[in-house]
Amino acid sequence: MAEKVLRKAESFYPLYERKGGAAPDVTHYCPGCGHGVLHKLIAEAIDDFGIRERTILISPVGCSVFAYYYFRVGNIQAPHGRAPAVATGIKRVYPESIVISYQGDGDLAAIGGNNILQAANRGEKISVFFVNNAIYGMTGGQMAPTTLIGQKTTTSPLGRRASNEGYPMRMSELIATLEAPIYVERVALTDAKNTTKVRRAVRKALKNQIENKGFSFVEVLSICPSGWKMEPTQAKEWLTQEMMRIFPLGVYKDRSDEIEEAGVQPTVFSAQDLQDSLNLPETDSASAKREPKTGVPEKYRNPRLKIAGFGGQGVLILGVGIAQAGMDDGYHVSWLPSYGPEMRGGTANCSVNLSSRIIGSPLVTQPTVLVAMNLPSLEKFEKDVAPGGLILTDSSLVDRAPSRTDIEHLGVPATKLADELGNTRVANLVMLGAYIAYTGVLDKDVVHSSLPRFIKRKALIDLNKQAIQKGMEFVSHQVKA
Amino acid sequence: MAKQLIKGNEAVVKGAILAGCRYYFGYPITPASEIAEAAAFYMPRVGGTFLQAESEIASINMVYGAASGGVRAMTASSSPGISLKQEGISYAAGSELPLVIVDISRGGPGLGNIAPEQSDYNQIVKGGGHGNYKLIVLAPNSAQEMCDLTMLAFELADKYRNPVCVLADGFIGQMMEPVEFPKPVTELEDKPWAVHADAEDENKLISSIELEPERLEAHNRKLQQKYAEIQQAEIRSEAYLTDDAEIVLMGYGVVSRILQSAVDQLREEGYRVGLFRPITLWPFPDPQIKRLADRAKKFLVVEMSNGQMVEDVRLVIQGRIPVHFYNRMGGMAPSPEEIREQVIKLFEA
Repeated sequence: MAEKVLRKAESFYPLYERKGGAAPDVTHYCPGCGHGVLHKLIAEAIDDFGIRERTILISPVGCSVFAYYYFRVGNIQAPHGRAPAVATGIKRVYPESIVISYQGDGDLAAIGGNNILQAANRGEKISVFFVNNAIYGMTGGQMAPTTLIGQKTTTSPLGRRASNEGYPMRMSELIATLEAPIYVERVALTDAKNTTKVRRAVRKALKNQIENKGFSFVEVLSICPSGWKMEPTQAKEWLTQEMMRIFPLGVYKDRSDEIEEAGVQPTVFSAQDLQDSLNLPETDSASAKREPKTGVPEKYRNPRLKIAGFGGQGVLILGVGIAQAGMDDGYHVSWLPSYGPEMRGGTANCSVNLSSRIIGSPLVTQPTVLVAMNLPSLEKFEKDVAPGGLILTDSSLVDRAPSRTDIEHLGVPATKLADELGNTRVANLVMLGAYIAYTGVLDKDVVHSSLPRFIKRKALIDLNKQAIQKGMEFVSHQVKA
Repeated sequence: MAKQLIKGNEAVVKGAILAGCRYYFGYPITPASEIAEAAAFYMPRVGGTFLQAESEIASINMVYGAASGGVRAMTASSSPGISLKQEGISYAAGSELPLVIVDISRGGPGLGNIAPEQSDYNQIVKGGGHGNYKLIVLAPNSAQEMCDLTMLAFELADKYRNPVCVLADGFIGQMMEPVEFPKPVTELEDKPWAVHADAEDENKLISSIELEPERLEAHNRKLQQKYAEIQQAEIRSEAYLTDDAEIVLMGYGVVSRILQSAVDQLREEGYRVGLFRPITLWPFPDPQIKRLADRAKKFLVVEMSNGQMVEDVRLVIQGRIPVHFYNRMGGMAPSPEEIREQVIKLFEA
């Protein structure tokens, strides 16, 4: 028995070579510090559970920043406070691993406060060991979020004042209020009796993870004789008398027994064909090697379109439709929306380019075609239209013709025609029909075959075809007239 | 494979998955949110993981954790979010973790606006986080390149064990263009340095800390050596009609597209003008710029920022020929017509 106690855990490196220096067989922790004891309890538990080879320890910033000197496991050192986020990342990659987030009070309760709460709230299947010694030890004894009222530190030289620094943070209590964590306990490294409880809590937190049950959190009150500037015995006395009053020991939450032990499925990536999963186009699409339509009148060729209207008129989808059909017809195309708050009410517009050449600027600053679905759009963009350009207006809503005389204008009562089909919202596709009929840039057949790629609701395809037809018929009547 | 009309932001995610990435950790922000949304949609379909983190800081650290496990992992954000990620990026560079960050930059400083700007050049190319490190920075100018350069980003990240940033802007992210998707990467090289939750792990350490000054200096020297190799091997750029150009226009990202339109227009009018476009912002195409400066009379650098890349151009050209600068900011983009006027002024000067 005595031999077993004295033997160093297998889960510690036999020699602390990463630490190096003159004494690679002892830790860097100060005499009396609780980290060494907690390390030992964790290492022994890892040994006893036989999980050393699949354990990954996240070292934080703080006194335990060098935990990786000692634990003979997979080691990752994390930025200050971020151990729970780093633990989340690696645990999601290796669900069968045992991930330990080992943190101090500054790391966990101050700079990383949100990270621990959110990891707990997600129920990450990790084990968190939180050493609370009410002070920043590594940086030389500054105030921690867990520093007691009246406690003097180098940054609270007169003692912590609630009026200035608030109250000590009770992390176990806080985390226990969350739904997802399955086990939250506060223990203390003081006498043998309490240390036994620490040992038990460490094992429980690891066992919960081995059984794939959920998030476990063990807060360990620990002395810091150097930071507190006390002898170890005096420090233990202070911890018992003062700290435990503010941080009562006990189990704050335990659902470990309610949760079924679950097996872990190592991540297997779907063998499903990526082409299907990613909705990639078929290799032999009919559109693959088309040449753009020929015989388009010179002035309508390679159009640069600005399409504008108010939100809900479907101006963006009209632009996508022209770009999609253009691409399917063998054009180089680009579509660029105005985006952001503009889209949520108010006006929307997009730039569309169709060209037989590679497209330079995707922004249309000097459109050869302006589609103005409402009056503000005409007012805003009329001046930008290239001389000789074409302006299409929804004449049901825009009650005036453009004031420019160096452009061509076609008024299309798109909204009225859409209403005749029983759906105002297809005014955009009426306009599309009018545009292609008037300019000949695209054929109806191409647009029809492109429809399913930009109108996601199959039930609306027929209605949209009728809308295109309406627009085209309007133009042919106009031309005859 | 046939082409698909798709947003640049969505092309990033498809490219990432084709490159073998199955882990995405992110936080929503305009104009990058479509990347998170597409990842949320596609990752589960391919057996991957999408997690919306509590913050930008958490998301980069989740990527840090996943990359420590040797898998291809990524995050994306926009300017203010990238500022928040900088600590984690510095740690990843220090720990030599391959990971990919996509920045769809927007107007600043501060909350600025959500319109496109190129004012993240300094924070991405020059560091942004602390320490002596470099990111490999790729600057796509089309939806196709959003896919292709994201795939390349993963390849370079693994090859050099270094974080790689795909730096685009709101236009490139929001724009839809036809994209032809390459074949998926099926063979990924082993990463013996990574933790794998197996018996080898006791010899693994992912860390950026090195307390001994001598050893930290040695680590930094090693990093600089790696950066020198990257500088030698990984420059990518594109030149358009520069052979006989008297004035070379230079810009990256969406600006290069605008400049191309201006060049086409000016060429039609008989002006001998060309376009040079860095695809890698780091490594910066120093030799290519030097060669152009041997022949051209003037450079005109155009940026949607206060002039961040132009400083690097001037460092390369060292006053041998004039380097002029034209910019727009705040989400305003220069028009080809505006550029044309600037160029004609330079010809007449």
